[in-house]
Amino acid sequence: MKKAGIVMVLGSLLLLGLFKFPLWNIMLGAPQYPEPLGMNIYIQGIKGVSEFDLQNIDGLNHYIGMKTIPKPEDMWEFAVFPKVIIGMVVLGVAIGLLGFFEKISYKYFLGWFVLMSVLGILGMYDFNNWLISYGSDLDPHAIIKVTNPDGSPMTYKPPLFGHQKLLNFDVTSLPHIGGYLMFVGMSLTLVAFWLGRRFSLKKHGRVIS
Amino acid sequence: MKNFFKLSIGLFFTAVAFTSCNDQKSNKSNGALSSSNAEKVYIAPGEHDSHYAFLSGGYSGNLTVYGLPSGRMFKEIPVFSQFPTNGYGYSEETKPMLETSYGFVPWDDSHHPDISQTNGKLDGRWIFINGNNTPRIARISLTTFETEEIIEVPNSAGNHSSSFITENTEYVVAGTRFSVPVPQRDMSIKDYKGNFKGALTFISVDPEHGHMDIKFQVLMPGFNYDLSHPGRGKSHGWFFFTTYNTEEANSLLEVNASQNDKDFIAAINWKKIEEYVNNGGGTMMPAKYAHNLHSDVTHTATSTMKNEVRVVNPSEVPGAVFLLPTPKSPHGCDVDPTGEYIVGNGKLSANLTVHSFTKMIDAIENKKFDGDAYGIPILKFEDVLAGSVEQPGLGPLHTEFDGKGNAYTTFFISSEVVKWKLGTWEVIDRKPTYYSVGHLAIPGGNSREPFGKYMFAMNKITKDRYLPTGPEMEHSAQLYDISGDKMELIYDFPTHGEPHYAAAIPAEIIKDQSQKIFKLAENEHPRKTLSDAEGKVVRDGNNVHIYMTMIRSHFSPDNIEGVKVGDKVFFHITNLEQDFDVPHGFAMIGANNAELLIMPGQTRTLTWEAKQVGVWPFYCTDFCSALHQEMQGYIRVSPADSDIELSWSLGE
Ligand SMILES: [Cu+2]
Repeated sequence: MKKAGIVMVLGSLLLLGLFKFPLWNIMLGAPQYPEPLGMNIYIQGIKGVSEFDLQNIDGLNHYIGMKTIPKPEDMWEFAVFPKVIIGMVVLGVAIGLLGFFEKISYKYFLGWFVLMSVLGILGMYDFNNWLISYGSDLDPHAIIKVTNPDGSPMTYKPPLFGHQKLLNFDVTSLPHIGGYLMFVGMSLTLVAFWLGRRFSLKKHGRVIS
Repeated sequence: MKNFFKLSIGLFFTAVAFTSCNDQKSNKSNGALSSSNAEKVYIAPGEHDSHYAFLSGGYSGNLTVYGLPSGRMFKEIPVFSQFPTNGYGYSEETKPMLETSYGFVPWDDSHHPDISQTNGKLDGRWIFINGNNTPRIARISLTTFETEEIIEVPNSAGNHSSSFITENTEYVVAGTRFSVPVPQRDMSIKDYKGNFKGALTFISVDPEHGHMDIKFQVLMPGFNYDLSHPGRGKSHGWFFFTTYNTEEANSLLEVNASQNDKDFIAAINWKKIEEYVNNGGGTMMPAKYAHNLHSDVTHTATSTMKNEVRVVNPSEVPGAVFLLPTPKSPHGCDVDPTGEYIVGNGKLSANLTVHSFTKMIDAIENKKFDGDAYGIPILKFEDVLAGSVEQPGLGPLHTEFDGKGNAYTTFFISSEVVKWKLGTWEVIDRKPTYYSVGHLAIPGGNSREPFGKYMFAMNKITKDRYLPTGPEMEHSAQLYDISGDKMELIYDFPTHGEPHYAAAIPAEIIKDQSQKIFKLAENEHPRKTLSDAEGKVVRDGNNVHIYMTMIRSHFSPDNIEGVKVGDKVFFHITNLEQDFDVPHGFAMIGANNAELLIMPGQTRTLTWEAKQVGVWPFYCTDFCSALHQEMQGYIRVSPADSDIELSWSLGE
């Protein structure tokens, strides 16, 4: 159970990577942008990959009537997400330590993982909602209005995951280092659960082949 | 008889077949050769050249940037000439760059570019070039590829043996082609001999910022100082100048300056003179010369008039200056990568003369002098001669080196490049050039470590090399592959202006430092405007200052009223873009100057005089965006006595 507790603590601590590294990254390349523009999405806000990328993305997007990329103070998420992550790290470390001293059952590890997954899915859902509104809530006075073949106005929602062509831009959206660290951390808590379970089965004298 | 006839017909056909077979064969091998040469110069779309080449523009006054091996021209950098294409020398910010003691001089004849060095190797920080006509030296940044500084050279006339730099960029050196009275005064031209002086100017270069300052001028006898090169390695600390007209003729020089069997290479121990000057030696003499400096932070140039210069008479510093006899009006003065050999390209001589630095030092130490000229010791030709290349061609002008022990000399009259070996002086190869080659260039050819893969010859006569374009044609350059024993002509490309020399450098040394934008946050132009909302119009008597911004795809403000006939309107325009390769242009109807091209983050000012009542448009000239054509505005000009107040707006 000691080993399981340590892995649980480590796994939860990896979430702290989100304060240093981006959770997600969206790159926009086009014929005129052989070096693509990009935004890194941190839990505290959105930053350009290069110094002036956000300004240049906003500059291009104003033609099609998209809103500017939100500043941290424009979205409640950037205030709440860091608190949620800190809360989960503290909770995870506490569960891990209690597990280490065998004060609680390994099942709490799985409980943490499930809670984190639910929060993560809610976060992704919220992020996707923002992408939808960012890409489709367009200024009616936009300089360039493009319609789909069926006559409906074209929207410019960047993909949540993977690649999509938006007008002249190739948009690629993928997790970044912070996101990967979070996935590894969450996986470690599952490992902790498995280690804890194995320890517990052994302790209770049941043999596993 | 019949049989004989048959036989002969048979032979005839065989011969025809044989010949045609031969023809096919040779055609085929030619084809293979030229296709492999095509591969050597072919840079696929989107790929980059391996080298930058900077060619002087001669009478264009500018510097052009090419790629090697493709021969594609990337940019023309305005240096000594007004450039309406981007407003250089027309905008208020850049006009001071062309100030001189003669007033505003909008043109020059640019000759010999040279790239800065550290430890004798190209470091790619700056490139220097001389203005030949109104003596000036310019420094061009190799991060912005723009002219940052121009210093005028006083007491000089025909600034030709310039602008060559020492191996740690301690000095950029400028010698005068024409000797003149120093100081200038009203005197009979016939009294030239013994009275005129030739100033050789050593301009120090600040190691951090590159800023130039005249450290001293050596006032030499009244010869013509044609070209020069620094010593390097063992000869670092010396500088060598070719001379002609050592006869000191003042008229019909083509005859009178070609009488002496030998002219001189002047060897200057600049370290010795520097030490003398650092200890207070030399004389400050009154002299007016302009020093012009452009800042990337204020985006503005300033011109300062200097009032004195330190001059040194060679006789004051014994052991610092010597004369090496060199046959027949030498042109190029070239020092090999080791610093041992000094090549005097005697343009009227049958042989190519090479002096030895070691022998020169030996002769100086042993005081083996053969008289003097105005107190400057003359060494004996035989004592300093390393060897000569016998009968290599006609009219040698200039030599460069490949770093593998070979030298390449241009021959103007026989129109060829000759490759020869240092030390054995044997000719290895010769190839024609088209036509009448002046200078040639090898990347790093004027350094301790040349990059001997390519050599290109810059020719003075073009004739039939390209599709004809009337009486005036661009000059022609030929690119040779010099990686093998024999030189191979692989490409032919037109050059802009008249290149007199070039400096080339492997691309990887400088390409990554090339700047993309100027940061708006660092813009300290006193009349900058940092957002659309800050745009304004201010009247100051008859001067109207318009503080304007430009960003895809509008000007702010774009409607201006209240300007009156007789007003002088200053458009101070800031480009708010912070994206690579998004300049905007500005053109005003009836402007008597030029347009402006304004780089992202930069501020520039164009002056326009309101002469007629009406509503006058301005627009962006650089196709910046899909709505470029909408990037425009109006100025209303009212009668001089009108009481319409200044007003400005955007989007109302
Ligand atoms: Cu524009």
